[in-house]
Amino acid sequence: MTELSKIRNFSIVAHIDHGKSTLADRLIQSTGTVQDRDMKEQLLDAMDIERERGITIKANTVRIDYEADDGEHYVLNLIDTPGHVDFAYEVSRSMRAVEGSLLVVDSTQGVEAQTLANVYQAIDADHEIVPVLNKIDLPASECDRVAEQIEDVIGIDASDAIRVSAKTGIGIKETLEAIVTRLPAPTGERDAPLRAMLVDSWYDAYLGVIVLVRIMDGVLKKNDQIKMMQTGARYGVDRIGVFRPAMQVVDELGPGEIGFITASIKQVRDTKVGDTITHERKGAETALPGFKPSVPVVFCGLFPVDSSEFEDLRDAIEKLALNDASFSYEMETSAALGFGFRCGFLGLLHLEVIRDRIEREYNIDLITTAPSVVYHLFMKDGEMLELHNPADMPDLSKVDHLEEPRIKATILVPDDYLGDVLKLCQDRRGIQMDLSYAGSRAMVVYDLPLNEVVFDFYDRLKSVTKGYASFDYQMIGYREDNLVKMSVLVNDEPVDALSTMVHRDRAEQRGRAMCEKLKDLIPRHMFKIPIQAAIGGKVIARETLSALRKDVTAKCYGGDATRKRKLLDKQKAGKKKMRQFGRVEIPQEAFISALKMDD
Amino acid sequence: MDDWRNGGFGLYVHWPFCQAKCPYCDFNSHVVSRIDQSVWVKAYRTELRRIGDMLPDRLLNSIFFGGGTPSLMHPDTVAAVIETARDIWPFANDIEISLEANPGSVEAGRFAGYRDAGVNRISMGIQALNDEDLRRLGRIHSVSEARTAFDVARACFDRVSFDLIYARQGQTLEAWNHELSDALSMAIDHLSLYQLTIEDGTAFGDRYARGKLRDLPTDDNAADMYLATQDICDRHGLPGYEISNHARPGAESRHNQIYWRYGDYVGIGPGAHGRLTLNGKRHSTEALRAPGAWLESVEKGQGTLPFLALSQEDQVVEHMMMGMRLHEGLDMDRHMLLSGQSLSDSKLSMLQDLGMVERVGSRLRATANGRAVLNSVLRELLTD
Repeated sequence: MTELSKIRNFSIVAHIDHGKSTLADRLIQSTGTVQDRDMKEQLLDAMDIERERGITIKANTVRIDYEADDGEHYVLNLIDTPGHVDFAYEVSRSMRAVEGSLLVVDSTQGVEAQTLANVYQAIDADHEIVPVLNKIDLPASECDRVAEQIEDVIGIDASDAIRVSAKTGIGIKETLEAIVTRLPAPTGERDAPLRAMLVDSWYDAYLGVIVLVRIMDGVLKKNDQIKMMQTGARYGVDRIGVFRPAMQVVDELGPGEIGFITASIKQVRDTKVGDTITHERKGAETALPGFKPSVPVVFCGLFPVDSSEFEDLRDAIEKLALNDASFSYEMETSAALGFGFRCGFLGLLHLEVIRDRIEREYNIDLITTAPSVVYHLFMKDGEMLELHNPADMPDLSKVDHLEEPRIKATILVPDDYLGDVLKLCQDRRGIQMDLSYAGSRAMVVYDLPLNEVVFDFYDRLKSVTKGYASFDYQMIGYREDNLVKMSVLVNDEPVDALSTMVHRDRAEQRGRAMCEKLKDLIPRHMFKIPIQAAIGGKVIARETLSALRKDVTAKCYGGDATRKRKLLDKQKAGKKKMRQFGRVEIPQEAFISALKMDD
Repeated sequence: MDDWRNGGFGLYVHWPFCQAKCPYCDFNSHVVSRIDQSVWVKAYRTELRRIGDMLPDRLLNSIFFGGGTPSLMHPDTVAAVIETARDIWPFANDIEISLEANPGSVEAGRFAGYRDAGVNRISMGIQALNDEDLRRLGRIHSVSEARTAFDVARACFDRVSFDLIYARQGQTLEAWNHELSDALSMAIDHLSLYQLTIEDGTAFGDRYARGKLRDLPTDDNAADMYLATQDICDRHGLPGYEISNHARPGAESRHNQIYWRYGDYVGIGPGAHGRLTLNGKRHSTEALRAPGAWLESVEKGQGTLPFLALSQEDQVVEHMMMGMRLHEGLDMDRHMLLSGQSLSDSKLSMLQDLGMVERVGSRLRATANGRAVLNSVLRELLTD
């Protein structure tokens, strides 16, 4: 156990590619926490997808021992957090577990959207923030301009920003000193009843569920009997430790410390991020504030391209769900796509990550259907049904009315792009709730239907604002609106996986856009293909994909035989990845891309 | 009976040098300042004898000198290769010996020499009948030079074919029809008419990728040109016997038909491919592409990479891919023997209903519309 005054807990806030992981690696390495021979790039990111995309999905943590210039030995705990709006709640919990943040900005690029969203989380959590200008070794580095921008845009003092090159090691020592001298030590009562925040949890094949905790008050020891205050579940602690970043067992964790416990917990589902862990006896009376249960807000169907892989898909989904409490699933049958699963996610990135992991780690090719939100159907007989899938929409004559989830969206945007943002929100059926200014930046608050946001709103927002908008949202409940199910027919065959819920007033526009998109997405066939959008039996939009007329290899002699055969084999394999609807083959990506709106 | 006998047996000799590299060409060709032909004669001979030892008791139906620009070969070099081949295999009475020629004045001066060496058919790369387009295609000859060279060739050989490239940048259907009529008035009994194909790894491929290759006809326009070409050539008595080849009946290229009828062929020279049936098993052969490396490999005793045995599946695909290119179509009985199963009736009916294929006795033939989208037809036939 470490004296409170010798502990510093911090996170690193940065945009993708601004060098967060490299800086973390360098801090770990320069303090001798990890031997050089054990260093590999991006120590903290365990999963391949994270490493490739440079994003962190699970919170990771590392304990660093540091002897400061004042001659004292400090314990520095770094929590590395996910940075995406899908995981806003998880980020907020991680932020509450530490007292300060390093705000890392690429000095060749400047402040970007994701930086803003996360730095506001840090400000919300009352963090002391140390700005760090990274990549100063590059010729395009413009430290003064970027420091000024941090002051203008974020509104924090950047005059003493630390200038760093995580790549070459310049400024690493200064960063470590700033963590010790500029960030506050944690507070907490050793003698008070135990209150530990559950920051994150994941499944380990050898140890079962590992729970990442921050001790707020009290002391946690091996063999303690603990209780989760939200779920009421009780466990005996069988292991306590810290990450350096490899696991290292310790005897106890005291106030201000960050570490892990294992307690024979079988499933990640049994642990809730933000829950308060206390002792079963003489436990705390009140839980830590801010807990929210995790509720999937986006649903989509996942189907194996090769229908014989359904059981493999089931296996993959079950294994992933063990390690991800926020991901839900149930079996689904589609006339067009066969057997698959309807899965619930926190948002689009979460969806993409799970899908990529299934494809990559389990080697299953997937068809992903259009994401949908959860609608409330109020039936004429008074019953309320939850609709997770537009294809399941019952006969309209039985439905009294329909309600859809709405969100309160907060968008921070430089003045120059305000008009584009307002237009985007209006186009997505938004109702303006507030508009105010902070310097040259506007803060726009909109009441928006979630179904207009889940899909490509964030991408569109980034695109119309060149990445300078930050976006966050919270659910504000359900409201009635005039929504209808729009179905799509390809070559006169309905494709249930392309059914969507749309607002009646926008149905024609959306139907047209979708038919046009499909016309581009479906390759030309040897015959012409009508593509129609319909509400009930009424066709509201129609496009015709003309027949393919030229697809032939002009020269094919003896020297070409091998190459052309291999090409044909490759095309045959590609053909197998398409879904057959009657005589038409639809490529997998069409099921998502058809819905993207270019506005 | 080995399956290759349905197609015959030919020899392909690759000459890998050109005076200049054409921007659309993805063939194995190299531009060098000096070539010692005696070194090449020696290497061709060595390699021919090595392969010849593996293939006794064959009758040679054709020899084809391709490239590169084989009309840069000295007539003595050509003669030496032909003589060596004759030492190894008896020649069929009607053996066809073709040589690809650039239609320039220098080449024309060698035509008589090629004839005396044993060449009996010339295929000339004229490519276009207007100078501006020849320049755009990177050709070093002019239309008038080409016409002169063609006349010289006619005087030396009974059989002279030439190539044109169409669906070129900025070319309209009308302009092509006009050029084609012009070509048909020159043609003797054979024409190769290729739609311009943008290949990766060529100068055109790079330009295309950078969006700098403008005014290419749309696929629909190119399809119109293709169908018009079939009609016009039919009416002139030079029907298409293959996707891009037209001939007076009986004047088809025998050598190329060996490929399309899936016979055996020896490939000699840098980058040359072959199909050889040894002990009842069909193999593919391939040589190193770089001229220097190939010469060295021949010197070390083996001018090809190790032969690869072709799987049943590979042979089925190649037989169909090649056979469907021909107007005579695919021999379905032979397909059955190669694959062990007949083509799916439902696939055939579907393609027939779409007007893409027709059955003529035991043969399956692509219609003109089907030939224009043959790759799609093949994908359909080859997937279950």
